[in-house]
Amino acid sequence: MAYTDKVMDHFANPRNVGEIPDADGIGEVGNPVCGDIMKMYLKIDNGVITDIKFKTFGCGAAIATSSVSTEMIKGKTIEEALKITNKQVIDQLGGLPPAKIHCSVLAEQAVKSAIADYYRRQGIDPEPIVGEIGDCEACHTHF
Amino acid sequence: MKRFVYADNAATTQVSKPVLDAMLPYLSEQYGNPSSLYQFGQTAKSAVEHAREQVAAALGAESNEIYFTSGGSESDNWAIKGIAELLAPKGKKHIITTKFEHHAVLHTAQHLEKQGFEITYLDVHSDGLVRVEEVAAAIRPDTALVTIMYANNEIGTIQPIAEIGKLCHEKGVLFHTDAVQAVGQVHINVKEQNIDMLSLSGHKIHAPKGIGALYIRKGIRFKNLIDGGAQERGRRAGTENTASIVGLGVAIENAVKNIDERAQRLTAMRNRLIDGALKIERSRLNGDREKRLPGNINMCFEGVEGESLLLWMDLKGICCSSGSACTSGSLDPSHVLLAIGLPHEIAHGSLRLSLGDYNTEEDVDYILEQLPEIISYLRKMSPFWERIIKENA
Repeated sequence: MAYTDKVMDHFANPRNVGEIPDADGIGEVGNPVCGDIMKMYLKIDNGVITDIKFKTFGCGAAIATSSVSTEMIKGKTIEEALKITNKQVIDQLGGLPPAKIHCSVLAEQAVKSAIADYYRRQGIDPEPIVGEIGDCEACHTHF
Repeated sequence: MKRFVYADNAATTQVSKPVLDAMLPYLSEQYGNPSSLYQFGQTAKSAVEHAREQVAAALGAESNEIYFTSGGSESDNWAIKGIAELLAPKGKKHIITTKFEHHAVLHTAQHLEKQGFEITYLDVHSDGLVRVEEVAAAIRPDTALVTIMYANNEIGTIQPIAEIGKLCHEKGVLFHTDAVQAVGQVHINVKEQNIDMLSLSGHKIHAPKGIGALYIRKGIRFKNLIDGGAQERGRRAGTENTASIVGLGVAIENAVKNIDERAQRLTAMRNRLIDGALKIERSRLNGDREKRLPGNINMCFEGVEGESLLLWMDLKGICCSSGSACTSGSLDPSHVLLAIGLPHEIAHGSLRLSLGDYNTEEDVDYILEQLPEIISYLRKMSPFWERIIKENA
C-alpha cells in the first residue's frame, strides 16, 4: 500500500470537506459496490470556481485525491479546471500505488460531473464542453 | 491520551520472552548441526526432538507424526498437494473444501483444479459455519481429501472439526485441517477428533515467523516435500532451523498451558469490545458470536470504507485489519465476507480486531473510545452514509 506523506496529510487533514447548500453544480460518481463514491459541490461565479466542497466514501487514496483536487481547482476558471488531469492529481500527491490510480480518475470525473451539472442547470448541453464521463467500471478497466 | 494498541494478533504476534530466551543459545553458542554425530551436534538434535515432543503433546499426537516446516502456508500446500498426487493415480481426484479457507488452501485447490482435479467448495452460511451434513453429502467414492479450516482467520468462527473428522473416518476419506488460528486457542486432540493432517504456524502463538509444522497421522503414505538429506524423516530435507524449532516448542507448550484461563480472559475482553462496538448504529458482528475464537472481533459499519477506517485507527495508534477491497489489493472485498453472504457495499466497511495475551482492559477502553469517533467522522464525510440515512428516514 505505502502512501506518500502528501497522501496521508490530505487523508488526515482533508481540505474543503462538506457541502455547499446553494451549490451551482453538484456531481456524484462511483458506487458503493465498488467501494468508493465522491460527491463534489461547486460555487461558480462568472466562470470561476469560487468555492468547492467534497464528500467521499472510500479508501485513503479516494479521500486524498478528492481533497487535493478541490485544492487544485478552487479559484480556477471552469476552462482551467477541466484541463486538470488525474495524472496531475497523482503528481500533486507525490504518487499513488498502482492499485489506487483509479481513485484519481474518479476525482477527475467527480469534478467534470459537477461542472456538467452546472451547465445542465444553465440549460446548456455539457457534453461538447465537458466530454463523456465514464462510469465506475470504466475507471477500473485500466488494470 | 494516545496509546499504542496492537489488536492484530491474528496477523502475527510478538515473540514472547520465554520463547526468545529458549531460542537465543541456538543462535549463538549452540550452533551445532543436528545431523552431526559428535556431542555438539547432538545437543542441537536433542533440542529439535524435544520441541517435536512439545508440539506432539500439544496436539495429542506422537512425536514421529510431527514435521517441521516454514509455516502454515507450506504445511497446507504440502498436505493438500501431497495427498492429491498420491491418490490421483488411484482415480481419486475429488477434493472437498470450503469457500472461506485461507488463500494457502484456496489457491492450492485452484492450482489442482487446473491440473484436472475436481474441487467442491462448501458454503459456510451466514453464521460462518460449515454444516457437517453438507460435508457428508459432498463425499463421493473418488474423494481424496476433505480440507476444512479449524477456525477462520478473518471472522474467527470455529468449525465442527470433531464431527467432520468422525464423518471422514467413517467414510474412509482423509481429513486435513488448517489450524493456524486455532492452535493455543481451543482444545485440539488429533486422535480424538480423527484429524489425519493438521497445519500450524509459529508466529501466531508467540514463536518467530518462518516456522510451522505439519502433523501427518502415522500410516499415511506421503510424498516428500524436499528431497535431500534425512532431516524430518527424509520427507523435508534441509538443515533444521534449530532456534525457531526450539521457539515453536516452547510457544506451543505455553499456548496450551492454561488455555482455559487465557480463553476466558480473552473472551471477556472480546465480548466487551463487541457489545461496545455494536452500540454504534448500523453496525453488525460477522460470524457466529459463540462459536468464535476468544480474541476475534469482526464487524461491519455501514457507510464507511474499511481502509480509511483502518488508516484512522492507525493514526490513533491502533493496529487492526480490514476485509475491504482496498486492503485486499483487488477490486473485491474479502472472499470470507462474501462467502457468508454480505453484499459488497457492506463488506467494504469491515474491521477485524484480534486480541492476544498482551492486550489489556485499557486497550479495550481505548479502542471503544476511538472507534465510535472515527466512524462518526468518516460517516459525516460519506455520501454513502448520507444516502443510507435518506433511504431509511
